[in-house]
Amino acid sequence: MSILPVRYRLPYALLLPTALVIAAVILYPFLYNFWISLSNMSLYHVRDAHLIGFDNYGKIFLESELYTVLAKTIAWTGINVFFHVVIGVGVALLLNQQVRGRGIFRALLILPWAMPQYIVALTWRGMFNYQYGAINLILERFGIDPVPWLSHETGAFAAATITNIWLGFPFMMIIALGGLQSIPDELYEAASIDGASAWQKLRRVTIPMLKPIMVPAISLGTIWTFNNLNVIWLVTRGGEPADQTHILVTYVYKAAFSYYRYGYAAAFSVMIFLVLLGFILWYMKTTRVLAEAR
Amino acid sequence: MKSNKLSRVVRRILLYAVIIAITAITVYPVLVVINTSLRPSNALYTTSLSLIPENATVRAYVSILLDKPFLLWMRNSLIVAIAVTLLGVTLASTAGYAFSRFSFPGRRSGMIGLLVTQMFPATMLLLPLFVLMRGLGLVDTLMGLVVAYTATVLPFTVWTMKGYYDTIPRDLEEAAMVDGASQIGAFVRVVLPLARPALMITGLFSFMAGWSEFIVARVILSSQSLYTLPLGLEGLAGTFQTEWATYSAGSLLVSLPVVALFLILNRFLVGGLTLGGVKG
Repeated sequence: MSILPVRYRLPYALLLPTALVIAAVILYPFLYNFWISLSNMSLYHVRDAHLIGFDNYGKIFLESELYTVLAKTIAWTGINVFFHVVIGVGVALLLNQQVRGRGIFRALLILPWAMPQYIVALTWRGMFNYQYGAINLILERFGIDPVPWLSHETGAFAAATITNIWLGFPFMMIIALGGLQSIPDELYEAASIDGASAWQKLRRVTIPMLKPIMVPAISLGTIWTFNNLNVIWLVTRGGEPADQTHILVTYVYKAAFSYYRYGYAAAFSVMIFLVLLGFILWYMKTTRVLAEAR
Repeated sequence: MKSNKLSRVVRRILLYAVIIAITAITVYPVLVVINTSLRPSNALYTTSLSLIPENATVRAYVSILLDKPFLLWMRNSLIVAIAVTLLGVTLASTAGYAFSRFSFPGRRSGMIGLLVTQMFPATMLLLPLFVLMRGLGLVDTLMGLVVAYTATVLPFTVWTMKGYYDTIPRDLEEAAMVDGASQIGAFVRVVLPLARPALMITGLFSFMAGWSEFIVARVILSSQSLYTLPLGLEGLAGTFQTEWATYSAGSLLVSLPVVALFLILNRFLVGGLTLGGVKG
C-alpha cells in the first residue's frame, strides 16, 4: 500500500467493495463468456469444450435471419424509446401545470413501473387474447373486428411493443418531472416579458433545459429496451408465432437455453454488446454526455 | 375578454380530460388483474368487461395463502430483497461518494465502466454466472441471488448516488472538517443525511431488484423450498391448467409491497433521481 499516495487511499477504499462485487458477478462472467464464444461448448460439449477460434462469429454472419432480427431490434428500440420519451415528457408537462390531485395522478401513473415486470407482461398477454382478452372486447364495443394479436407476426410484435410502452413511460415521466422542477421560474418570467408564446417557451426554455437531464435517461432507456428479454419473451411466449417476433436478446436466449448452443450464443451475445456499445458511444458523442462525466 | 376566459375554461377541461384518459389507460391492466383475482372459478373465461365480476369471491386469495407455499416464497423473497437493499445501499452510497468528491486515477473510466456493464445482454452473463456460482458453492442458495442482484443493480444506483452528491455543496463538509470532523465523519454526519432522497431511491431499486427478478433466480435456484415469489408464481402460470384467479391474486399480493414502497417514496422519486453526470 505504501506505493499508493495517501490522498487516493480513501476513495479506493470506498470503491473496493463495489469493485469486488462487480468484478466477480459481471466482469468475470463477461471474460468467461468471451472464452465460451471462442469454444465449441454445447449440450454435448460442456466439460470437454475446447477453443475453436472465431468459428461461432463466422456462423452468425452466415445466419440469414440475423439481419431481420437486427432490423426488428432497431425498430423495437426506436419505437419504444420514442413513445417512452414523448408520453413521459408530455405527461410530465401536463402534471407540471396547476392540476388538482396531482399527487394522486402521479401515484397512479407510476403503477406500471412499480408492478413486477413479469406479472404485467403476462397480464397484457392475457389482455391480447383473441377471444377473451380485454383489448379485443373493447374493440368490438366500438364495432371493430377482433385482431388476432398473438397468432400473427405483426400483431404479436405490436402487442409486445404496446406492453413495453406502457411499462416504460413512467420512468421518463419521473425524470422529466424532476427536470421541470429544476427550471427556475425566472426564465419563464423573462420569456413572458419578452412576449414569448406558450409554444415558444416550450421550445426555447423548457426543451433546452430538460435536455441535459433527459439525455442520460434516454441512453439508459435505449440500453434497457434493446436488451429487454422479459417483455418479448413473456408476451410472445418465446418468440411465437414461429420465432418471428424475436429481438436479438430473445433470439440468443433461445439459442442458448432452448437449443443449448452455448458457444454460438456467447458469440452472439458479444455481437449484441458491440452493436449496443457502438450505438451508445455514437449517441453520447453527438449529445456530449461523456464530456460532462469528467 | 369573455372569449379569453371561455378558452381558458375549455383548456382546463381539456387538460383534465387528457390526464384522466391517460391515467385510466395506465391503471386499466391493474384493474384487469384485480377483476380476474375476484372471479369464481366457473367464470374465468368471460367476455364481460365489468370491473367487479359477478359473484365476486375472495376464494383465490384464501387458496393462494393456504393451499400454495406462497408464504414460504414470500419469506425467501423478503430475505433476498432486504439483504440486497442493505448491501446495495451501503455499497452505492460509499462508491458514489468516492466518485463525487475525489479525483483519482481511474475515476472517469470507472464511471464509464459502470455504464458499459448495463449494455451486457443478460444472455451473456447467465451461463458464466452459473459456472462461477457453482465454483463458489452458491448455486441453489439465497446468498447467490443476493450477490447477483446486488451487482446488477449497483451500476445504476452508484450513478444515482453520485449525481445526488454532486448537488450537495462541498462547503458543508469542509465546515464540518474545520470543526475537527474527519472526512468519513463529515460524510456520515453531514452528507448522508442530506442525501436521504437518493438513499431512499437506491434502497427502493435495490429492493425491487431482489423482489421481482426472475431469470437469474431460475438459473441459480433449483430447490422448491428456496423458490422466490417470481419462480413460484411462474410455476402457477406455467402449469397445464393454470388457475388464473389464484395466479392473479398472487400477483396482486406480490405487487402490493413494491407499489406501497413506491407510493411512500413517491415524493423522493422526483428530484432524487438525478442520474449522475449531469453536473459533472
